[in-house]
Amino acid sequence: MNSSVIVFPGSNCDRDVATALTNLQFKNKMVWHKDSELPKSDLIVIPGGFSYGDYLRSGAIAAKSNILKEVIKAANSGCLVLGICNGFQILIETGLLQGALLRNKNLKFVSKDINLKIINNENKFCNNYKKNSVISLNIAHNEGNYFTQKDHLKELEDNNLIPFKYCDVEGSINESSNPNGSLNNIAGILNNNKNILGMMPHPERMVDNLISNSNGIELFTSILS
Amino acid sequence: MKITKEIIDLHGLKSEEYSKIKLLMNREPNYLELGIFSAMWNEHCSYKSSKIHLKKLPVKNKNVIQGPGENAGVIDIGDGDAIVFKIESHNHPSFIEPYQGAATGVGGILRDVFTMGARPIALLNSIHFGDPSNKKTKNLLNGVVSGIGGYGNCIGIPTVAGETKFNSTYNENILVNAMAVGLVNKKKIFYSKAKGINKAVVYVGSKTGRDGIHGASMASAEFDENSEDKKPTVQVGDPFTEKLLMEACLELMKKDSIISIQDMGAAGLTSSSVEMAYKGGLGIELDLDKIPCREENMSPYEMMLSESQERMLIILEDGKENEARQIFKKWDLDFVVIGKTTNTKNLSLKFKNEVVASIPIGALSSKAPLYDRKWVKKKLDKKKINIKEHKKIKFDKAFFELISSPNHSNKKWVTEQYDQMVMGDTIERSGSDAAIIKIHQKDKAIAMTVDSSANYCKSHPLSGGKQIVCESWRNLVSVGAKPIAITNCLNFGNPENPEIMGQFAENILGIKEACEFLDYPVVSGNVSFYNGTNNNNIYPTPVIGGVGLIKNLNKIQNHKFKKIDSQIMIIGKTFGHLGQSAFINELYDIHDGMPPEINLLNEKNNGEMILKLINSENINSVHDISSGGIILALAEMSISSQIGIKIQKPQKMSNIFEYFFGEDQGRYLIEIDKNNLTIVEKKLRENDIYFENIGITQKEYFELDKDLKIKVKELYELNNRWYNKFNGLNN
Repeated sequence: MNSSVIVFPGSNCDRDVATALTNLQFKNKMVWHKDSELPKSDLIVIPGGFSYGDYLRSGAIAAKSNILKEVIKAANSGCLVLGICNGFQILIETGLLQGALLRNKNLKFVSKDINLKIINNENKFCNNYKKNSVISLNIAHNEGNYFTQKDHLKELEDNNLIPFKYCDVEGSINESSNPNGSLNNIAGILNNNKNILGMMPHPERMVDNLISNSNGIELFTSILS
Repeated sequence: MKITKEIIDLHGLKSEEYSKIKLLMNREPNYLELGIFSAMWNEHCSYKSSKIHLKKLPVKNKNVIQGPGENAGVIDIGDGDAIVFKIESHNHPSFIEPYQGAATGVGGILRDVFTMGARPIALLNSIHFGDPSNKKTKNLLNGVVSGIGGYGNCIGIPTVAGETKFNSTYNENILVNAMAVGLVNKKKIFYSKAKGINKAVVYVGSKTGRDGIHGASMASAEFDENSEDKKPTVQVGDPFTEKLLMEACLELMKKDSIISIQDMGAAGLTSSSVEMAYKGGLGIELDLDKIPCREENMSPYEMMLSESQERMLIILEDGKENEARQIFKKWDLDFVVIGKTTNTKNLSLKFKNEVVASIPIGALSSKAPLYDRKWVKKKLDKKKINIKEHKKIKFDKAFFELISSPNHSNKKWVTEQYDQMVMGDTIERSGSDAAIIKIHQKDKAIAMTVDSSANYCKSHPLSGGKQIVCESWRNLVSVGAKPIAITNCLNFGNPENPEIMGQFAENILGIKEACEFLDYPVVSGNVSFYNGTNNNNIYPTPVIGGVGLIKNLNKIQNHKFKKIDSQIMIIGKTFGHLGQSAFINELYDIHDGMPPEINLLNEKNNGEMILKLINSENINSVHDISSGGIILALAEMSISSQIGIKIQKPQKMSNIFEYFFGEDQGRYLIEIDKNNLTIVEKKLRENDIYFENIGITQKEYFELDKDLKIKVKELYELNNRWYNKFNGLNN
């Protein structure tokens, strides 16, 4: 499977995603933000980081970059697109995903391992996870507090477009297991076609038991299968 | 402009120093030249008070590639890899402007590391604040922590270890020390020494603004009630630009274009150009009209003294200009040839076709003042602490109070603001005895720690100096790493005061003795004097940053209990020394008495034994015993693993408080599978290592005979209680 990782000057998880993808047998290429052509890709990853510094709203400038025009075209024609952390913020800014990522409720950067409950696994990113299972991934962000309009939230819930929510170690989804104030503990969302996933947690950080755990692997192997 | 006494004072120069300038110049300096002298001759840049003492420190062992004197120290970790690391202070700016002060502290130390060709792989810090009840503390704490996080998180280097401490001695002068660690190919290390005449001197990075002018001089004087007015001397950081600069420099370093490279840190363009020329025995000529400026009408004085961040000076090989320019263009950074190297041994500055300054390079560096300041030995505090003479307190109450005190409470509210996992190689994060970072895609790792013990150093600078080196060494040993070398950040008060200078001199001797004994040399560091306000000096607070190597990723250990019903053992002898302990300090407010003694031989033997036990996989967990004694160390092991303990009081114990809260040195707690107990005991006896079995691990409860029983869960809550209360949080 061919994957492309988009590299902005302030991306800082580009190498981490590329390492994970390559170790899992993706044929991966790095794509520079000034490029105006995408290599042939089955999966496009927009990695975490600070794209152009994010001094304006996170991801706002990146959404207008050369390469994003190509990503939008590819996404609209069905290519799988995964936005992690800053990548999620950028996808929101492009309009490929709806809603907003506000500042964390406590107004502080938050970096820690959190638990996620797999709410919906019937999509190309999560089908290797068991429904309702609890996994642990790492988060690290300042603006991960997901918000959207009531009708859109209903659409997300009704159409199984929320793959995972923050939960505690036993799997209960409540306020104390919500690290950033996200609406309904939402940690990631899909578009209607389910070919675009935006998520705040970092699956690429959880692919090696020596480093942390390997709960992130199934996300990538789901894509492969 | 006529140079008056007032102007000289404002530049922080003494009248005898000004006379020396006239002598070296053979004339009166002009205003710009005076500014340049002040930037180079201040304490921060010249090390004029510390140099003669620093020379005593050991700086070599078989792993050291580069010791002090470069942007950072370099050690060999085998297979062609080397580790570059250094710690530096940003105390004064952080007190004036906590967010930017701390952020630019991180930015500055990162540049020191990538200037040498290394990709930074970890950040650490040591931050000291005043009493939590002091009205400034909360704002300073939150600002500093956000600043450290803001910079490191954005540039994408994990912040993996550190210490956050409180003591009223820092009420009017906080400490912010940042350490960076990088990885480099041993054959591609870059240095600052210029070579060759008529080589292009290139300015890269951010534009020069009016921020940070006289930052280094500000950091070389005590604060007074007007210190707030010094805000404009604090630089403003831009981690995004630093990221661009780092990537561009590392990309250029893959080619053979750079002769030498130096970051513009303290004293900006002045110190970087002077240092490069001085080390190469050359002169340098700069055309100031070419400097990329952020603001209009900047004067040569402002350009030379600005401490705007994220800038570098590079001396390029002939014919490599275009290749280099393309790389910086790719990263949207300024790239301007601003001058050339000369054979004049002179710093020559041109502006609007006029020579505006001409100073012999030697006058700014090797001929800078050097002081052998008067110092006095610290008198021994012979007072013995007898706990029986003081108020009675129940053991469990004392323990609960200590574990929920500001200094011993869980610091995850700090570390959760730092991205610890970016780069994907963090094996052990904050909270461990040492952080562990895997060498990317290789089967080895490095361990890192930062440590300080201001209370010990204040009461007896000599043993305090030894102790901090030993503690650093012990922390690395506890995770299974072989300690290699250290970097030190020496935070002291006013060196013109003989008592303070005495603290410094004796402390250095302590550090030297321990480093020599443990073959744990100093490869880089920084001295920060004048930490104090209105003659109130801080406690002497040297901070040690240690780095060790783990050759086998299967032989890593940590302090988390692994199993129920395994044996808990103390390695090293417990005498019950309470002088300067956390217990006596925090619960009884007693601050005199001697710190614990250091026995370097035991320290070394015990540590080497621990490494052997880790390597033979005989033990399940290890934790060094430090502040708070055995009981605090046990609590940390329990809290991190959610496994309880059942401990018996040893029969030989004289007093329960002395035994469990005493801070005798050179000790470790280990957890042993009962099946392995005989073999471990045999090894310990064969090597004459003192040990005591004190109990076992159990489910749920943290229990010490009849004196203490609490659920581990509740212990965890106690340990987290203080910060939530401090910041008005409920969860």
